[in-house]
Amino acid sequence: MALLQIAEPGQSTAPHQHRLAVGIDLGTTNSLVATVRSGQASTLADDQDRSILPSVVRYTADKEVVVGHQAQDQAITDPHNTIVSVKRLMGRAVQDLKTLSQHLPYQFVADDSSVPRIKTVAGDFSAVEVSAEILKTLKVRAEKSLGGDLVGAVITVPAYFDDAQRQATKDAARLAGLNVLRLLNEPTAAAVAYGLDSGEEGVVAIYDLGGGTFDVSILRLNKGVFEVLSTGGDSALGGDDFDLAIAEWIMTEAGITELTSSLNRQIISAACSAKESLTELDTVTISLDLDSGKRQLELTKLKFNKLVDSLITKTLTSCRRALRDAGIEKQDIKNIVMVGGSTRVPAVRERVAEFFNTEPLVNIDPDKVVAIGASLQADILAGNNQDGDLLLLDVIPLSLGIETMGGLSEKIIHRNTPIPVTRAQDFTTYKDGQTALAVHVVQGERELVSDCRSLARFELRGIPPMVAGAARIRVTYQVDADGLLSVSSREETSGVEASVVVKPSYGLSDNEIEGMLRDSMDHAEYDMEARKLREEQVEADRVIEAIDAALIADGERLLSAEERQQIDKSRSRLTEVRKAGKAEDIKQAVNELEKTCESYIARRMNQSIHDAMAGHKIDEYISDK
Amino acid sequence: MAITITAPAAERVLNFLNNRGSGVGIRLGVKTTGCSGMAYVIEFVDEISENDEIFEGNGVKVIVDKKSLVYLNGTELDYTKEGLNEGFAFNNPNEGDRCGCGESFTV
Repeated sequence: MALLQIAEPGQSTAPHQHRLAVGIDLGTTNSLVATVRSGQASTLADDQDRSILPSVVRYTADKEVVVGHQAQDQAITDPHNTIVSVKRLMGRAVQDLKTLSQHLPYQFVADDSSVPRIKTVAGDFSAVEVSAEILKTLKVRAEKSLGGDLVGAVITVPAYFDDAQRQATKDAARLAGLNVLRLLNEPTAAAVAYGLDSGEEGVVAIYDLGGGTFDVSILRLNKGVFEVLSTGGDSALGGDDFDLAIAEWIMTEAGITELTSSLNRQIISAACSAKESLTELDTVTISLDLDSGKRQLELTKLKFNKLVDSLITKTLTSCRRALRDAGIEKQDIKNIVMVGGSTRVPAVRERVAEFFNTEPLVNIDPDKVVAIGASLQADILAGNNQDGDLLLLDVIPLSLGIETMGGLSEKIIHRNTPIPVTRAQDFTTYKDGQTALAVHVVQGERELVSDCRSLARFELRGIPPMVAGAARIRVTYQVDADGLLSVSSREETSGVEASVVVKPSYGLSDNEIEGMLRDSMDHAEYDMEARKLREEQVEADRVIEAIDAALIADGERLLSAEERQQIDKSRSRLTEVRKAGKAEDIKQAVNELEKTCESYIARRMNQSIHDAMAGHKIDEYISDK
Repeated sequence: MAITITAPAAERVLNFLNNRGSGVGIRLGVKTTGCSGMAYVIEFVDEISENDEIFEGNGVKVIVDKKSLVYLNGTELDYTKEGLNEGFAFNNPNEGDRCGCGESFTV
């Protein structure tokens, strides 16, 4: 047997002219664009000196597209034609919307295409098209600010985005006329902004509290590779909830019981500005213009901290879970990067520092840090940074495999493999004269294909007819730097080829990825039994197939009626136990059938040797003297 | 469920860990790959995760994740020499058939 050696963890065998490039943070609530100029990374502002572009797109009846602040102002009055949070729909299929759409005010078009389209007065649009409008606006802003055409862009995506969501993001960029240098994970971009990629190796936590979402990511830097150890968070917790907490307090204090929509807007906006003022001040005065007259309220920092305390606790619970999932202790975290406007709230910083027992990194504007990290990476990729030959790598979150006989998943690229990566494996045909091979690409850790996620299917046709096992079919899995998968297959003797690039199917959230990983642990025993059974079943099918073929060819000639009867008996017994589904029984029945056929097989061998030698002289088989 | 390690294997592991300067033990595992379905994995361990089971034998921590454990239960890790080749061998009672190269197996 092969003797093994111990491997390192996870390493088991397996120009002169300045080129303009930008980093884009395509966010759920807000988007930004940044670039490196004179060695300094900064975000690019619009003509009103605003860096942030709200990720809101409005379609008007006269086919005009409005993006950003102006569109956001119309979100309440024209909700059906004003698309917000389109990022949540990226790479999602129609069936995924059933869970999402309760929260979305849009009307979706029932369509035979798998991509949902939003109905507006200007026509129907997909999430990719809406995102492309946001990217187009940022592209125009960048080209105006930099005075030239862009070579390309680095666009950030959440660490938990799957292949379909990443492909949708790339499609949106292409539609916007942007060349994507690569997609970068948001937490990785934040870490890059602080230069952690060139620092010491170790584990970092990225705490991202945005307007409407909270994400925490645990990354490990190892040999220049940022590996995502775990992700967690809450897709419905953010700065808006802080505003709501203050708004509720205002209503109680001012004795407001009934809300009109204009009053609601007034209170929320007062709450929001109070929150922002309390970053600097200890007390803030809130002025309200009520039907009953003007009213003034005083909110202290202490009171505010109490109001949002439970919300911050919720984020820390997510942090604890992410640490547990990563198998990391709090004290092992070397740096904490703060991302998202809500991390400006002093109470958030204090509680995070207290939780990790380390001061978080806050020097870079938390709204801009992701875009800045992306721009640093874009600068390197565009070839402007001479020392920046280091290419940041990410890892694939779930194993990529192929379906083999019996519905089993054979993993070709294992999870946590750094990308880009190419792996090939050889397969062969199962039946005599088989001329096609179905390739089913699956994602997940489970043993049975039915428990994994289906990514793509295609067929390799035109294999020349050969006996089973003679064809050499090489299947190659390639994951590029953006985490996009292309699969190709090639029959080596004839050169026939077929391939597929994984295109949108449906999305997976970080929770679902976690769930899939946990399932593979929880169901380990079941999976082992299932694999064993399937393998025996495949073996049974193969034996039956071979015997049937032999019987047709020369069963009549070589077997007596009694022998034939015995073989038929063993064969039907095997068919029965194969259906009953007990691995041990099947194995036994296979052995039994093989034993029954032993003398028949020996006779066939002799017969074929005889046939081959008939009419030849012994001399012909002896080599020349 | 248990995994054991022979004295010669443990001696080697301690030696390797000492030379490496870090690591808490070794990880045994299986990967679903190779010509006969499964392949053995043996790696140094720096971090133990919550899905790991730890076995101690002859002064060495042997770490196995729960998924691999069902394939490895009852395995004894040995260190042997075959001619000029020497290395670790898995004596695994769950093993059904092996492929010709001995790098992979089925249960």
